[in-house]
Amino acid sequence: MLKEIDIILDEHEGAAREDLIPILQEIQENQGYISENAIVKVGDYLNLPTSKIYGVATFYNQFRFEPKGKHHIQVCRGTACHVLGSSTVLDQLEKHLKTKADQTTRDGMFSIEVVACIGACGLAPVICVDGEFYAKVTSDSIKEIVETYRNKID
Amino acid sequence: MNLNILVNNQPLTAEKGQTILEVLNKNGIKVPTLCHIKDMLPSGACRICLVEQRKTGKLVPSCSQPVEEGMDIITNSPKVNEARKTIIELLLSNHPDDCLYCSRNLNCELQTLSNNYHVRERQVRGVKNNHHLDLSSASIVRDPAKCILCGRCVRVCEETMGISAIDFINRGSNSVVGPAFNKGLNTSSCVNCGQCIVVCPTGALTEKSHIPELLEALNDPKKIVIVQHAPSISVSLAEEFGMETGKDINGIMNAALRKIGFDRVFDTSFSADLTIMEESAELIHRIVNGGVLPMITSCCPGWVKFAEEFYPEFLPHLSTCKSPQQMLGAIIKTHYATTTGINSEDIFSVSIMPCTAKKFEGQRAEMTSKGISNIDAVLTTRELAELIKLYEIDLHNIEPELADSPLGLRSSAGKLFASTGGVMEAAIRTAHYKLTGKELVKFKINEIRGTHGIKEATIKIGDLDLNVAVTSGLQNAKDLLAQVKEGRMDLHFIEIMACPGGCIGGGGQPINSDENALKARMKSIYSIDERESIKVSHKNPEIIDLYNEFLGKPLEEMSHHLLHTTYEERDVLK
Repeated sequence: MLKEIDIILDEHEGAAREDLIPILQEIQENQGYISENAIVKVGDYLNLPTSKIYGVATFYNQFRFEPKGKHHIQVCRGTACHVLGSSTVLDQLEKHLKTKADQTTRDGMFSIEVVACIGACGLAPVICVDGEFYAKVTSDSIKEIVETYRNKID
Repeated sequence: MNLNILVNNQPLTAEKGQTILEVLNKNGIKVPTLCHIKDMLPSGACRICLVEQRKTGKLVPSCSQPVEEGMDIITNSPKVNEARKTIIELLLSNHPDDCLYCSRNLNCELQTLSNNYHVRERQVRGVKNNHHLDLSSASIVRDPAKCILCGRCVRVCEETMGISAIDFINRGSNSVVGPAFNKGLNTSSCVNCGQCIVVCPTGALTEKSHIPELLEALNDPKKIVIVQHAPSISVSLAEEFGMETGKDINGIMNAALRKIGFDRVFDTSFSADLTIMEESAELIHRIVNGGVLPMITSCCPGWVKFAEEFYPEFLPHLSTCKSPQQMLGAIIKTHYATTTGINSEDIFSVSIMPCTAKKFEGQRAEMTSKGISNIDAVLTTRELAELIKLYEIDLHNIEPELADSPLGLRSSAGKLFASTGGVMEAAIRTAHYKLTGKELVKFKINEIRGTHGIKEATIKIGDLDLNVAVTSGLQNAKDLLAQVKEGRMDLHFIEIMACPGGCIGGGGQPINSDENALKARMKSIYSIDERESIKVSHKNPEIIDLYNEFLGKPLEEMSHHLLHTTYEERDVLK
């Protein structure tokens, strides 16, 4: 894993502080999240303090700091979904999985991400699991959806 | 080019490029500020400094708006006052209501503003963020719940100190100032200098108080409580009691410390003289024997930790001398204990320092002998003021007293340690004598006095042209070290102090000391040197006695064992 970060950094030879965000994006793309090690490495490479990099990274919603779960659930909190109760959906999901938005369950099975708008307002409220969309979800239906993923055999 | 502007209907002239705030301040017109730091680029974050432009009715932040010809500004219109009041109300919306229990009570910019703008009830109720108190550092306590996100600490840490141990984390109402990964300060590159504390407008950053341990020792009949005070304390304590800034109250402070119940009162300036004896001998040794040059001073614990983290390659350049605090600490628990028949375990050794990093230094593993810390508690200037207030001692009505002897008499060279350039000046005086057998003709070295960030001088000592540099503020030190790294070879000796101005500008000094306070303290130190007769460390009779009776000669076995130390590379989150 760490080697891959080095490879990404090597591709950015001569990079400076303005390249920080693209580098972080590539690392997240590759690793699924931004680890502490990644931040330290980027800091060494760009000669930037880790506090600064962590500050920039936490400013943006797109970066996550925990590894994704085996199944990644995106909950849309856009306007249309909000009007049709997506905050309850998120609430119920957090309770059911005993974890919080932007975090991963302890068994590493599920992670929740809040997204601003998923672009499927006609189907609100929407969640998306591993790239698969689920339309007009309810407090009950999300539990079923989650359980089918839990029992899924690869 | 001069510009003509109107402020509150009064014509003023301004220079092109000045901000409105600069013009207002220059003309004695007060405008509140929170995020602004003098002589730094404006950040414009807090908006409390806004003023009204009469022509457009628009509010502009005076700290970042440049003046223009014909500007017509009102600084206290109802609109301005209402806007400022709203800003304060919003800042208070998620602020804890515990002013009475806060260490910054009556000395808090938010409290003052809230009072000045007649905020009498909570108008906005914000969601309180659940932040933890960070007690991980040996020197600094971080309470993000009280933080108003002005960013002054972040900027000082980055721009003045060149460290960036802390920064803004998250966004919007979730924002918090903290080290990388929102971990404890102890994992960060923080050097404990405390410059963040002195710029913090609220109680979000404070020193780790050692007063509870001290009170316990003072009330323990078995304990012999010994105190030493640093060279800069006597010229900065007066301000805390409404006396003239920079006034030297050394004798009054000695008397007050005895009234509080300290069994012995010693002067760290004495051990500053001791440091000079060792450090000048080390410098000569390095020059004569082709040792690592330039030698760099090691009395500043902020700089030492900074070097251990960021410049491990320079560690062989650091003088191996302990700081004056630790030298005196070591002498008190060994020689002093033996000669006075006190069991060193019964001694509680306290130092009053202008510095929060000294708290860290006192706890370093290298600073113990036989498992006993040489220094048990370190109080800042501010904590000493708290202690004096706790004991209800009226500094205006007590007679000055002398420090105890031995370990209390000092030369004015030792006193110079308080100011940037002082260690250098004192070391040169003694090195000159040791190398040539003669005293300098002129003791005062003007090139290395004053508040400049980097100062250099060449001093003729016999056939040797000694090239020295003095720097304070770690960003300046970084700039100077970069020159050495790039191959600059001429320097023999460098003095580095973490805090701008040296210890008189330390992170343990009174809150919100401005440039004038710094200059007043510096002037006071120089005038002590001017009027006193023993101006060199090697003529301090108590120092001569200590070497004759106990230490032998500088750098010899006993000195080496007690007064010198080692450094190690530190792996922290940089």
